[in-house]
Amino acid sequence: MAALVVESLVKSFGGVRAVKGTSFTVDRGELLALIGPNGAGKTTTFNMVGGQLHPDSGSVKLEGRELVGLTPRAIWRMGVGRTFQITATYPSMTVAENVQMVLLSHHKRLLGWWTPAARQFRAEALELLARVGMAVQADRPSSVLAYGDLKRLELAMALANEPRLLLMDEPTAGMAPRERVELMALTADLVRERGIAVLFTEHDMDVVFAHAHRIVVMNRGEIIADGTPDAVRNDPHVQEVYLGSGAMFHGEPQGKAVVS
Amino acid sequence: MNRFARTAKSAVLGAVLAATATTAWAADPIRIGEINSYTGLPAFTIPYRNGWELAVEEVNAKGGLLGGRKLEVVSRDDSGKPEDAVRIASELVNSEKVVALAGTFFSHIGLAVSDFAARNKTLFIAAEPLTDAVTWEKGNRYTFRLRPSTYMQAAMLVEEAAKLPAKRWVTVAPNYEYGQSAVASFKALLKAKRPDVEFVSEQWPAQGKIDAGSTVQALNAANPDAIFNVTFGPDLSKFVREGTTRGLFDNRAVVSLLTGEPEYLDPLKGEAPEGWIVTGYPQEQVDTPEHKAFRDAYMKRFNDYPRLGSIVGYSTFQALAAAIEKAGSTDTEKLVDAMKGLNITSPLGPVTFRAIDHQATMGAYVGKVALKGGKGVMVDWRYADGAKYLPADDEVAKRRPKE
Amino acid sequence: MGFYVTQFMSGLAQAATLFLVASGLSIIFGVTRIVNFAHGSFYMLGAYMAYTVSDVVGGFAGFWGGIVAAALAAGVIGVVMEMVLLRRLYRSPELFQLLATFGVVLVIQDLALTIWGPEDLLGPRAPGLEGRVRILGQAFPQYDVFLIVLGPVVLALLLLLFKWTRWGTLVRAATQDREMTGALGVNERRLFTSVLFVGCALAGLGGALQVPREAVNLQMDVSMVVEAFVVVVVGGMGSLMGAFLAALLIGQLQAFGILIFPQITLVLVFLVMAVVLVVRPYGLLGKPPAAARGAAHAPEAPLRPAGLPAKLFGVAVLAVLLLLPVVAGQYALVVLTETLVLVLFAASLHFMMGPGGMVSFGHAAYFGLGAYAAGLLTKHMDGGMLAGLVTAPVLGGLGALLFGWFCVRLSGVYLAMLTLAFAQIVWSVAFQWTAVTGGDNGILGVWPAPWASAKWVYYYLTLAVVTGAVLMLRRAIFAPFGYAMRAGRDSPLRSEAIGMDVRRLQWLAFTAAGAMAGLAGGLYAYAKGSVFPTFLSVPASVDALVMVLMGGVQTIAGPLVGAAVFHGLETEVVRYTDFWRLILGGIIILLVLAFPKGIAGAADAWFGSGRSAEGRA
Repeated sequence: MAALVVESLVKSFGGVRAVKGTSFTVDRGELLALIGPNGAGKTTTFNMVGGQLHPDSGSVKLEGRELVGLTPRAIWRMGVGRTFQITATYPSMTVAENVQMVLLSHHKRLLGWWTPAARQFRAEALELLARVGMAVQADRPSSVLAYGDLKRLELAMALANEPRLLLMDEPTAGMAPRERVELMALTADLVRERGIAVLFTEHDMDVVFAHAHRIVVMNRGEIIADGTPDAVRNDPHVQEVYLGSGAMFHGEPQGKAVVS
Repeated sequence: MNRFARTAKSAVLGAVLAATATTAWAADPIRIGEINSYTGLPAFTIPYRNGWELAVEEVNAKGGLLGGRKLEVVSRDDSGKPEDAVRIASELVNSEKVVALAGTFFSHIGLAVSDFAARNKTLFIAAEPLTDAVTWEKGNRYTFRLRPSTYMQAAMLVEEAAKLPAKRWVTVAPNYEYGQSAVASFKALLKAKRPDVEFVSEQWPAQGKIDAGSTVQALNAANPDAIFNVTFGPDLSKFVREGTTRGLFDNRAVVSLLTGEPEYLDPLKGEAPEGWIVTGYPQEQVDTPEHKAFRDAYMKRFNDYPRLGSIVGYSTFQALAAAIEKAGSTDTEKLVDAMKGLNITSPLGPVTFRAIDHQATMGAYVGKVALKGGKGVMVDWRYADGAKYLPADDEVAKRRPKE
Repeated sequence: MGFYVTQFMSGLAQAATLFLVASGLSIIFGVTRIVNFAHGSFYMLGAYMAYTVSDVVGGFAGFWGGIVAAALAAGVIGVVMEMVLLRRLYRSPELFQLLATFGVVLVIQDLALTIWGPEDLLGPRAPGLEGRVRILGQAFPQYDVFLIVLGPVVLALLLLLFKWTRWGTLVRAATQDREMTGALGVNERRLFTSVLFVGCALAGLGGALQVPREAVNLQMDVSMVVEAFVVVVVGGMGSLMGAFLAALLIGQLQAFGILIFPQITLVLVFLVMAVVLVVRPYGLLGKPPAAARGAAHAPEAPLRPAGLPAKLFGVAVLAVLLLLPVVAGQYALVVLTETLVLVLFAASLHFMMGPGGMVSFGHAAYFGLGAYAAGLLTKHMDGGMLAGLVTAPVLGGLGALLFGWFCVRLSGVYLAMLTLAFAQIVWSVAFQWTAVTGGDNGILGVWPAPWASAKWVYYYLTLAVVTGAVLMLRRAIFAPFGYAMRAGRDSPLRSEAIGMDVRRLQWLAFTAAGAMAGLAGGLYAYAKGSVFPTFLSVPASVDALVMVLMGGVQTIAGPLVGAAVFHGLETEVVRYTDFWRLILGGIIILLVLAFPKGIAGAADAWFGSGRSAEGRA
């Protein structure tokens, strides 16, 4: 069943049409990768789903409810979690407090002026941290974490509002190869457990082809392919686009080819 | 700089050394609290301090007060802030046990201390502040003021201004109470004497920040016959320079408050504006016996000539000493009663602290600026006795709250 | 016609001076991110030094040589300031250098007085340019023509320098992205030192060029520094072209503004700044700063509830404060009452500045509004003290609610300067609306109710209110509201993405800080018995800032310690010497060097309240 339905999204920046009528769906429990060469329109699409950009026309529906026209805040409250290409966490707080912060927001307790924040939702926060393997570091300042740990913390934060859709912008950027595999495996587990729909962009084709259930390929603002990794890998149109850009990914799946 | 380095304490010490040779002190000293803007306005307040130091030394050399009690001053800088002045006043009264307060330069600080004095029932002699409010609208039983007020000085100049043929006037004054009330008084008094004059333009530069070129040009554009100036200090020198270069003063009369005071005239050196009609203090020319005595003593003591501030400092403490002697006590109520109608002979001549409004009748010199030997001096001057430039008693009574 | 042309040219001449001083400030800020409060002092020093050279040497060579020498000397003094002082503070919390330069301002004020004496010094007219030219029949000073030409020439030279030299490339790179230059292996120290030289030399040049236009005086520093900041911010920090345009704009508005509305002189530049910043949050030509990626400053450690020793210490302090009236004299009570009020004032600023991340250069506005609430109530409605103390936070809060709405749309120094603009607007209203506020002569007779008029009663009242308010602020910092403020400060991006309305939170925090400042102002009014525009003037705002920074902006106890230390020093030093500015400035500089994280920050690091070692990393 489709959790996210994107229909005919159009966006122009001063006369240049960045996205020309994009449509796709993401099912519950599905990991969908959005890929394409630079300038293909994938970031624009991503930001229109997340609410950072407003489309000129088209619709984005989360379980039947329209997201277009809502602020990122409102979209988050409807159950859309997000991680960033460069991690965005709170360095002046401990690891647990970072997650508690999200929980406080989720439960609309932000304006509380009395009960100490550190005492609220701590058990829930520790549970989430345990799920991403960060429980032992719960009381460290997040400013001292290794980058891979920060990514895991961010994932825990993104899960804290029990999202039905998770938007991950280049989830493995800046990580060592081993950490990438671990993080994506963890994500795949969580998706399976909780039935979350995941939409992610990624430059590392190894990650994409190893973990995505389905891949949507964009080029010049249009979707040129939408299918299983195998189908996409063998799609002549896709091969042409990527060959044209000088990159190769259809060779050995374990190869180091990275489209950038 | 030497003058600046000396603190009140060392001054007192000097006085003690000078005096102990002849007198054995009978009892505890009489302590006076003194507050002024020493760091905020050193050009005026340092000569002022020299003045009161001289007065204190003279009093003590003559054997002190009340049968041999020496006069001691505890002096403080108010940093140019009324809120600090109020705290210091409290320190002086509560901690230093002074019997009276004196000093202040800025009007708002004078008013703040005056209000403190009224509430704490302490005598306060406002030395410098010019605002009319100190003795009128905000007057109180415990506050007296030495210098001629803004109203009085404006009235002195109006007398001269009314004689001029000029009909079209413009005004330029710093944008605060002093400037505003000076212009208001000048306008009202001149209009009363000369109904035919009109005020065609006014400029209100921010104090200390005059954009002189634009201001001069704007005044020029009004094509006036005469100009009334209230700016002083750094603003004045900018205004004079721009005005001279741009020909604002060519063939125009200028009437200007305070410009003849050495504090403001001397820094202009050879560019002192010739022909301006001003209030001031031609210290090198006044040769009344009382002034000569003061000037000689001052020159001898400080190796410098007195400024108007020196006169103010000196006379303030002359008055305090006289009041203490007259009261025969340091009791505040008796001191206040003694101050009412107190007569002293200041270096400028006899001065009375009027009982009706606590305003002293100290006057000012009115004359013209001329250049002599490369510096500005006052010529054709006369001493305008303050007593003659005050409104009628019933009008004063209307402006002053009942005690 | 001729009149308008000359008025326009007068505006241009004024703009040239403004630009020279502001350009140096802009370059310094762009590269080093130092908010150089002492910039006006270099301007003043430039004027004094040029005067001295011209006075000693005399003539053509003395005058023009003096200008060059003064500019170079000012640059060298700037280098000394960088090497001795600022260099040690680059890793301190943001704006800490501001405190150091504030100390420098005080020291230079007294040094200048000692060296050059109290009297204004009228220098010579510029040899060769003494006279006037006729423009459409109007006289215009030759020297002003020279200045009008000089402004664009200096701009062009600086732009060429930036474009064609390696140094200029580095300066531009550092202005755009300071971390990048560090990564490129540039010797940051040498770059910063050289930038301080150029910036301060420009300030000195601006001052030296004023010699023919005004008598050199001891107020030149303060009269210039605020306006220079306004020019830099209106133009866009780090943008030379922007500073030039801003100087032109302000020069012209001043020249023509006084024709239409002569009383506008007090507030004009601040009105311009407020309008420009509301419309363009980064000034005319400024760009949003590259997103900070941390590392520039040590991150703040996570909050830890007070441990037992800290709690005992707090209780002990309170006990001492409760017992003091038994032994303290009247005057000590006055000072203590004031200190308590200032503690609340500083704590309120810290609330928005520390956890909220919003620096205010105009916090005195809300303090002053509170004081005026009490004053106006007394003057116009015969209101009692309790009514005044209730109205004070309300008026302070309402003011903050209004101005905060605009301010929270900005960030960093722009936000701080907009708060300054609003504070100056409020100040000018209090200063000029004589009928209501009493103008600069203030409102007198604002004394406590009879039952509270004894010093010790008012002290206890103040102690109770301040303790309650400070504990409430502290509670809020530990509560979700405070966490949300810090979240909004640490990462606005993340905060928006977890459903937080960061602006609304900041607006609320701004308002709460304003209300608390207002409460402090109300208490202050009754303690003083009078209310003056000085309560909401720039120096009052600076005092609050100094207290917070001195104590340590990253610690909750910081503002309390800072207020007590600063006010204690201020009142005591003034009692014993005329050179209190020199001594106070020297102490501030020493404190800054000894405690680069503030006094409470240092104490925290030494005695650590149960915080892990890595928390202080």
